[in-house]
Amino acid sequence: MPRVVPPVSSALLALVLASDAMAQPSDGTFASNQRFLPKDGEVLFRSICQGCHMPEGQGATGAGKYPALARNEKLEASGYPVFVVLNGLRGMPPFGPYLDDEQVAAVVNYVRSHLGNDYQDKVSPDDVKAVR
Amino acid sequence: MSDTEPPVSRRDLLTLIGTLAGSAVMYQAMASLGFAADSPHKGPLKLDGDPRGASVLILGAGLAGLTAALELRKAGYKVQVLEYADRIGGRCWSLRGGDRYTELGGAEQRCDFDKDLYLNPGPWRIPYHHYALLDYCHRLGVALEPFVQVNYNAWLHGQRAFGGQKQRLRHVLSDFHGHVAELLGKAVSQDKLDDMVSREDKEILLEALRRWGALNQNFTYRASLRTSDRRGYARDPGGGLSAEPEVSQPVGLGDLLKSGLWRYLATGNLYEFHTTLLQPVGGMDMIAKAFARAVGDDVIQLNAKVTSIRQDDGQVTVRYRDSRTGDNPRTASAQWCICTIPLSILSQMEINVGAAMADAISAVPYGSAIKIGLQFKRRFWEQDDAIYGGISYTDLPIGLIGYPNHGYGDRGKAVVLGAYVFDAPFAYEFTALPPAERVRKAVEWGAQIHPQYRDEFDSGMAVAWHRVPGTLGCYGQWSDAARKIHYQNLCQIDGRIALAGEHASYLPAWQEGAVLSAIDTVTRLHQRVMASR
Ligand SMILES: Cc1cc2nc3c(=O)[nH]c(=O)nc-3n(C[C@H](O)[C@H](O)[C@H](O)COP(=O)(O)OP(=O)(O)OC[C@H]3O[C@@H](n4cnc5c(N)ncnc54)[C@H](O)[C@@H]3O)c2cc1C
Ligand code: HEC
Repeated sequence: MPRVVPPVSSALLALVLASDAMAQPSDGTFASNQRFLPKDGEVLFRSICQGCHMPEGQGATGAGKYPALARNEKLEASGYPVFVVLNGLRGMPPFGPYLDDEQVAAVVNYVRSHLGNDYQDKVSPDDVKAVR
Repeated sequence: MSDTEPPVSRRDLLTLIGTLAGSAVMYQAMASLGFAADSPHKGPLKLDGDPRGASVLILGAGLAGLTAALELRKAGYKVQVLEYADRIGGRCWSLRGGDRYTELGGAEQRCDFDKDLYLNPGPWRIPYHHYALLDYCHRLGVALEPFVQVNYNAWLHGQRAFGGQKQRLRHVLSDFHGHVAELLGKAVSQDKLDDMVSREDKEILLEALRRWGALNQNFTYRASLRTSDRRGYARDPGGGLSAEPEVSQPVGLGDLLKSGLWRYLATGNLYEFHTTLLQPVGGMDMIAKAFARAVGDDVIQLNAKVTSIRQDDGQVTVRYRDSRTGDNPRTASAQWCICTIPLSILSQMEINVGAAMADAISAVPYGSAIKIGLQFKRRFWEQDDAIYGGISYTDLPIGLIGYPNHGYGDRGKAVVLGAYVFDAPFAYEFTALPPAERVRKAVEWGAQIHPQYRDEFDSGMAVAWHRVPGTLGCYGQWSDAARKIHYQNLCQIDGRIALAGEHASYLPAWQEGAVLSAIDTVTRLHQRVMASR
């Protein structure tokens, strides 16, 4: 069904093909179908991660499960969520192609310091770049 | 009608091709006129030989599981099917008035559609060359009707295209072809392509461009009866005193190019979207229901959540529990097992297969998709816009609007596919919203294309596939690299366990893939059973 269209290189062409932000919410969501545009870690969590991991990061169980990100001890090693967000994990799709290094750092920092997690050390965009 | 071309008969054309280019080309041209279509489907499956009561446990009652169950039962196997959901069909699913649907996370939606109206939240179209699936439809008595993929009168809409003014597909298509034909014709007649096109071909090419693009005798694309025959008229031909047609004005090439709307023009040229596509009358799940009748309800156990799969020398043992309560753990065993559970779920399950298959099971992420069905009080797209079935496309987050391909002219309510996006950011962003909010946004955005939405909207249903409890995603999103390493390993029979399903096919996100994969697996399993006697 879905076919991957190769990304366009020229800036002018990208402009023609980009959708505008006319009707879209002001937080940067629903502004582009090529990449996620929000920069804020919480907005990225609300518009991507909570779709599967749920609004409180509590996870969900059906025939299979979405693990909880809330109070998740595996988030202590910051490299782990960075790797998972970039490359995916089993059923979880990779988000590396849709997010830049700043965005990955922002959402990982949000998740590691909210939802009942309290890891104080921050991930930097350079840390993300190193894992890409 | 206003086409005054001297007709070229097909034989003339073939003679022309034959004279100019030799008989090999002529043979190719003839072959492409309709023989030798090659499908992996070779007609109804025949499993010869008596399996003497051998037993097979089938996990999942989607189309892969149902196909396997039907064929194995017919061949004399003892079959038991375990299904997580409270209905058969898996992704082959329709939502109707009165249905309730609870997604992962607990949000429940009640479907308020009128009688006989439905949404196909998953599969909705079947290409004519999905031979295996269509063969089962015919044999199981599933009535089919046309699915309209390309509707020339539907809209193309871009937020920055023509100042946000929607355009008819027939205008964009005819004008794009016309302008390109004119440009190419100029290049040819000004001898700019001489090192690429021979002198004989030049003449043929010019004539072909003139006809293809609706150019006039001067090889230009200008408003005329001829161009209006393609794109439609400003006033259609009539009868009596007001009969004379008024020609319509083509859009300029520069505007067309900058609009970006050309990106939608080739959709109907994709092999999988070639006319004729089909849909079951009354909803896609008519296929699953017909399969279930043929398999026999007695062998399918619903609400059975499989939690582990273990094989030893003699048999396969599966643990499962009641999927509604999580209680009542039980086991089922058989000599063989065909597992059709989506890899998004199977990869989280205990299963003792070899490392190669285990790695393959973990190698496939699941794509995202959102479909939103909107019920309206009347068919304004038919009544006001003369759009009967088919699809309008937009770069708004809803992606497209799919009109019902049945019930034309009905005066009552009707259900439109108000959003369908997959894999990219919009699908994830929709998934992250509560269902009511998804519907609200689909109405708000759709109203930019059909302002009637505001008055006529009645109710909606929003299905985000990553929230579907029995699938956790839309389809197995194989990368080329992963397929190269893992696909063969995924499809091997590992001891007494074999996999089947959409994910074990080269037709991702098509029902045909699920059916063909099941046929292939069943065939190989039967060979192994017969050989082990
Ligand atoms: C949005 C969307 C659009 C699509 N469009 C089209 C289209 O237009 N045309 C087309 O032909 N195809 C389309 N498809 C693809 C088609 O739906 C699938 O390829 C096909 O239905 C898959 O069949 P399957 O048997 O492999 O899997 P499924 O139908 O998913 O069957 C797997 C079964 O396993 C069950 N299961 C899961 N976990 C467990 C467990 N732990 N224990 C027991 N049972 C379990 C599930 O409940 C399910 O019933 C579309 C799919 C989607 C989602
Ligand atoms: C499309 C669904 C989906 C989305 C969206 C998603 N995930 Fe996941 N995620 C999963 C699944 C499924 C798993 C479990 C994979 C497995 O172990 O089988 C997972 C696992 C994880 C894990 C590992 C948890 C553990 O305990 O090992 C982390 C960390 C994670 N996700 C972070 C994120 C973050 C951060 C985001 C948002 C940027 C996100 N995910 C978005 C589906 C998703």
